[in-house]
Amino acid sequence: MVEAVPGLRSKRRRASGLAGLAAAVGPEAIGLAVALIAVIAIFSVFSPRFLTRATFDSAAFQLPELGLLTLAMLMPIISGGLNLSVTFTANICGLTLAWVFHAYGGMDAGPMVFLVGSLAALCVGAATGLVMGMVIAFTGAHPILVSLSMMIFVRGLGEFLTRGGDISGFPDFIRPIGHGTLLGIPIPMLILIAAFVVWHVMMSRGRLGFGTYMIGSNIEATRYSGVNTKRVLVMIYVLSGVMCGIAGIIMLARFNSVRVGHGEAYLLITVLACFLGGVNPFGGFGRVTSVFLALVILQVLSSGLNLLGANQHLATAMWGILLIAVMVLRWASARFGFFGRGGSGEG
Amino acid sequence: MRSLTRKLRASPTESWLLGLLVVISVALSFAAPEYLTFANLFNLLNTSSVNLIFAVGLLVVLISGGIDISFAVAASVVQYVVATILIDAGGGGWVSGVLLAAAVGIALGAVNAIFIYGFGIISIVVTIATFNIFFGLLMFVTHGVSIYALPEWWTHRTVLLSFQQANGLWADLTLPVLIMAIGVAATFVLVRHTTTGRQLYAFGDNPEGARRLGINIAAMHFIPYCWLGMMAGIGGLAQVHYTQEVVPNALIGRELDVLAAVVLGGARLGGGRGSVLGCVLGVFLVSVTQNGLNLLGISPYAFKMIIGAIILVAITLSSEQLTRMLSVRRRTADQHG
Repeated sequence: MVEAVPGLRSKRRRASGLAGLAAAVGPEAIGLAVALIAVIAIFSVFSPRFLTRATFDSAAFQLPELGLLTLAMLMPIISGGLNLSVTFTANICGLTLAWVFHAYGGMDAGPMVFLVGSLAALCVGAATGLVMGMVIAFTGAHPILVSLSMMIFVRGLGEFLTRGGDISGFPDFIRPIGHGTLLGIPIPMLILIAAFVVWHVMMSRGRLGFGTYMIGSNIEATRYSGVNTKRVLVMIYVLSGVMCGIAGIIMLARFNSVRVGHGEAYLLITVLACFLGGVNPFGGFGRVTSVFLALVILQVLSSGLNLLGANQHLATAMWGILLIAVMVLRWASARFGFFGRGGSGEG
Repeated sequence: MRSLTRKLRASPTESWLLGLLVVISVALSFAAPEYLTFANLFNLLNTSSVNLIFAVGLLVVLISGGIDISFAVAASVVQYVVATILIDAGGGGWVSGVLLAAAVGIALGAVNAIFIYGFGIISIVVTIATFNIFFGLLMFVTHGVSIYALPEWWTHRTVLLSFQQANGLWADLTLPVLIMAIGVAATFVLVRHTTTGRQLYAFGDNPEGARRLGINIAAMHFIPYCWLGMMAGIGGLAQVHYTQEVVPNALIGRELDVLAAVVLGGARLGGGRGSVLGCVLGVFLVSVTQNGLNLLGISPYAFKMIIGAIILVAITLSSEQLTRMLSVRRRTADQHG
């Protein structure tokens, strides 16, 4: 509980060596890095095809959708809430872009249409977040509930407008956003890394990040110390919605189609990634860098299982077991004090 | 009359739900004449029975301060286990079916309780995980294959009450309604007329305070999740009676609809609040709305959207902070005026 205020931690960061590294990235990051190396080692032993360019590519192209949705989930969780509507908000944002394309030329639409459409998509994402944030901030309703009803609404809206079908037929120039590479790195991956850097800086240096951690720790105390908690809460959900919008645009480019319900299964994995990355489920603690490592571990696991030909439903069950295992381990580390000081200040 | 107004004032959520239900019903009976017929109302009861059985189970969990989204998938697991065991054993009957379903349901609920109580994991995380574990394993083991050859007692449509209307349509009340009535009554007795029920409210409102009062905390975790598990199992049984088949993913997604309806009925995430009456009204409000939209000929694709919007508005309007904000404003206005 010593590190209650991440923003103030930078002054104490001058320690050297491993301790300095641990202080800089958080104690859980080292454990995660070890786990990542272990997972890679195990899969390379079991499958000779694992450590190849093809695996790297498939992982690097799949990771961004999941990663962006995880970022959308991260801020609400740190603030002590949850955003259950991330996947369907991403769908509805993708639909927005799709309609703008179809309204202005379809396959022959120009780059300008793409820009306008993307902007519209981000605005739609922000609007859903704005509504949720306002309801949560001004009525004190529980975020699980608010985001749940938003999820039902957004899914219903999408199904109503598409009649459950998918929309395709977009110009060719958007393909690189989903499939292209720059200097050997997939473009969606670059977008994800940029988003992570922005989120990291915002959460560890910015006022908004500071307010988010404070609200997650104790919202009443935060309000009494002069932070405009309502504004911070609204901003958290607006940014979450914008992030869903980016994810929706990338999904559109990658699959060259939009369907409501696409990526539904990611919802659990985004929550899993946050908790694996040491975010406190009650809010207040958690680092963007650790969540990134956790995300890479999950993606490597998923790609590896795919390569080994594991059953898709068995994989679903495994995500659930993994989530419980992570939480049990964190409980044990808080209780019995192994793994140093035990994650991020529970117990 | 005065005691009635006092009662209405004491339970504002139930009152405005009841009022809303009456308003919608009156409007619907003018807009769609077939709404206020026995055939339609009985049909409404038949179709919302399963949701109501789930809802009262979930209510107990919400009162105790937890949440569970795994129960609908647990109900599917129960359906499969009961169908497989009883077909192997040569058929069984309602008694063995209900007992077996309740037992398997309770066991699945206990899995949730063990992780929530034993390891101190937040309930939404545990149940998101068990949701995926139950569903993944169910699909893996069954390969997604449905069971149609079910025992006779289970699928034979049992009609409790039946008569022919003036327009020739038959109005039937089926067995799930009876099961639902028993489940609702049992839950009502549990939360209102037992010490355990009072303790559940106390625990949901203030866990630490309840612990210091000497309430058994382990029981406060196991009773609600096992109760919901039992209701999920029995509800699953009733759902098969209604649909005549066991489909592994038939109930998936149902948990969110039920949760939304229960919360609409005044239960609070965070615990300590909620009543059986409110829960029943919440479920009926959703199914009446759906029924009404159907009768008015509105596209079924729009149902979810409209219901999502209704719930969002209801949460906003029923929140305490908003009520307090409005009443403060009214009071200051009175003082100034």
